[in-house]
Amino acid sequence: MIAYSWLIPALPAVAFFVIFLLGSRLPGRGAPVGIVAVAASLGMSIVVLGQIAAGHGPFESSIQWLQVGGLRLEFGEYIDGLTAVFFVVVCLISLCSQVYSLGYMKGDRRFSSYYAFLSLFTASMLNLVIADNLFQLLVGWELVGICSYLLIGHWWEEKENSDAAIKAFVVTKTGDVPFLFGIFVLTLAAGGVANIPQISNMAASGQLGTGLLTVAALLLFGGAIGKSAQFPLQVWLPDAMAGPTPVSALIHAATMVCAGVYLVGRMYMVFAPSGHALAFVGTIGAITMLIAATMALVQDDIKRVLAYSTVSQLAYMIASLGLGPAGYTPAFFHLFTHAFFKALLFYGAGSVIHAVHTNNMSEMGGLGKRMRTTYWTFAVGTAALIGIPPLAGFWSKDDIIATAFNTHHYAIWIVALITAFLTAVYMTRAFLMTFRGEYRGEGHPHESPAVMLAPMVFLAGLAIVAGFLGAPFIHGAFHYWVAFPGGETERFNWALTILTVAVGLTGIGVGWVLYRDYREVDPLKRLGGLWTLWTRKYFMDDIYNEGIRHPIQYPIAGATASFDRTVIDGAVNGVGLSTRRLSGVLRYIQSGNVQRYAVFLFAGVAILAFVITRL
Amino acid sequence: MIHLTILLIFAAFLFSAGVYGVLARRNAVLVLMSIELMLNAVNVNLVAFAQYLKDLTGQIFALFVIAVAAGEVGIGLAIVILIYRNRETIDVDKIDLLKW
Repeated sequence: MIAYSWLIPALPAVAFFVIFLLGSRLPGRGAPVGIVAVAASLGMSIVVLGQIAAGHGPFESSIQWLQVGGLRLEFGEYIDGLTAVFFVVVCLISLCSQVYSLGYMKGDRRFSSYYAFLSLFTASMLNLVIADNLFQLLVGWELVGICSYLLIGHWWEEKENSDAAIKAFVVTKTGDVPFLFGIFVLTLAAGGVANIPQISNMAASGQLGTGLLTVAALLLFGGAIGKSAQFPLQVWLPDAMAGPTPVSALIHAATMVCAGVYLVGRMYMVFAPSGHALAFVGTIGAITMLIAATMALVQDDIKRVLAYSTVSQLAYMIASLGLGPAGYTPAFFHLFTHAFFKALLFYGAGSVIHAVHTNNMSEMGGLGKRMRTTYWTFAVGTAALIGIPPLAGFWSKDDIIATAFNTHHYAIWIVALITAFLTAVYMTRAFLMTFRGEYRGEGHPHESPAVMLAPMVFLAGLAIVAGFLGAPFIHGAFHYWVAFPGGETERFNWALTILTVAVGLTGIGVGWVLYRDYREVDPLKRLGGLWTLWTRKYFMDDIYNEGIRHPIQYPIAGATASFDRTVIDGAVNGVGLSTRRLSGVLRYIQSGNVQRYAVFLFAGVAILAFVITRL
Repeated sequence: MIHLTILLIFAAFLFSAGVYGVLARRNAVLVLMSIELMLNAVNVNLVAFAQYLKDLTGQIFALFVIAVAAGEVGIGLAIVILIYRNRETIDVDKIDLLKW
């Protein structure tokens, strides 16, 4: 079965072509095709994960794609525990999103193309995960980027949405530039080898110098910063909320943003030997988790709260990877559990938005009485994200925080604790503002259809139990699936766990006191300067706009545009114009009279004969 | 046995008459006939040299030219008929649509 893993990305890819080409002519406007394909992939993924769990080692095979000089490009598959876990997560969330979209996107005018791109998105991410070499990974990486661009801008008629799509594309592309150079550096240093296991072996055996590995790791990490929305490129993710909610769930839980974390994990042999690279990764993670959590505190748009929470949680994973080999498993354990409850939270938000037709929490309130299922599943998701035992988020987040302490990264440990506190506050705030109190909007919101509630209930179940897969005292299986040599460490500490839970509960308490009764003026506004700083996103959008976009847009882009118009267009038009002038003269020869042509013909022959006989 | 030179002069005269006809005649049928003259001038040359060099290749070649010329004139006359049906003239000066 493992050898046929390539079918897992292939099935959604086929579904994409079928839906894209046949579109609305298919039954159900193409949606069943995508759902069946990804369900089949999910089944295969679970079988593959089972075989990995049963002890089948990493599997690798590849075929030659093309040969360019000394560089041999391959197309292959590399299946280990990390790959298998990602297979399951991606397929599961994609399946849930596609089922959920049946209700959420009902009657949308571009329903078929929406499903086609969802399938392509899934296939691209699976291709990125299965890739056994850097170039195949890059192909998946870029396809994921273009798919998220297409889906974020699904409702492109509104300028705001298409702007958000362009922003997502351009900002992640900024990170892709160093990523591309990282691939070049590694491939050149390895003598034209782009194969990831081979590069990992070279890095582990010390064939590549530490300095070179540091440079390569930092360059690769640039890609992860862009894709996983880490500081300073986190600005695109909140705007990406312009897309349909199921797409946000897919982007945040399983595809797009997880690609960056996956990249660091897949290339961890390159990161691990370099202390500087790990320190940088950890620092970026720590900065991002804190600033994202503070910005989540002040949002009014429910999806933006969740978006910043994703940035913050991804930063937990990144910071965990920065802790060294010991943080490897906790990072992916958190990614695994986070996928379930974050998708759940987005579906809950989507369900609410579907009912009240606004994203603003100030126009919600009191929905708990009207939407019971949404209310309870959202409560489970919130508790899981805050880290209430024994829900999924508790095990994984506690794992990261404990590892930070045990590996003596006290700065990261403290930041992680503060962030855990802030997480509890902003999630309590969002929950109370949405579901408690009196309804402040217009109309009469109703519970969403069953096709939307089913994935939510299912994921709520997973958000409760998934954590036990990695729970330390019952020897959770997860740590055998995804492991890094040298990463074994003490993983459970009663005192630390109690501290972490206490911090979370304190956060809930603070949130409860502040937001128990809805107030027109947010209580946090009393913070004054900090409130401004957080609502203005640390002025980073302004810095990018004024500092980068304007200097480029007006002087540089203006100069290039006028160069293009005068010199380049001038040259092209000049060639065309001179050709027309010349032909205006020459066309009189073309009289249409056969006999005149014959005269030229004979004259030519006569001249030729004369010349040849003279020579 | 006729002298080679006489034959060549005859062929050259024939060819020149053909060229004149092609270039100067207005009637498309006469133009075609003039082309036949040129072809036959070539044939005369071929046969004359075949006899002079005691080599049959030239005669065989001339047979081929006659066969191809038959085909050519068949197509040529068909075109002329079609042009006449469409435009009611076969004056080559007036058939000059294919131009700027």
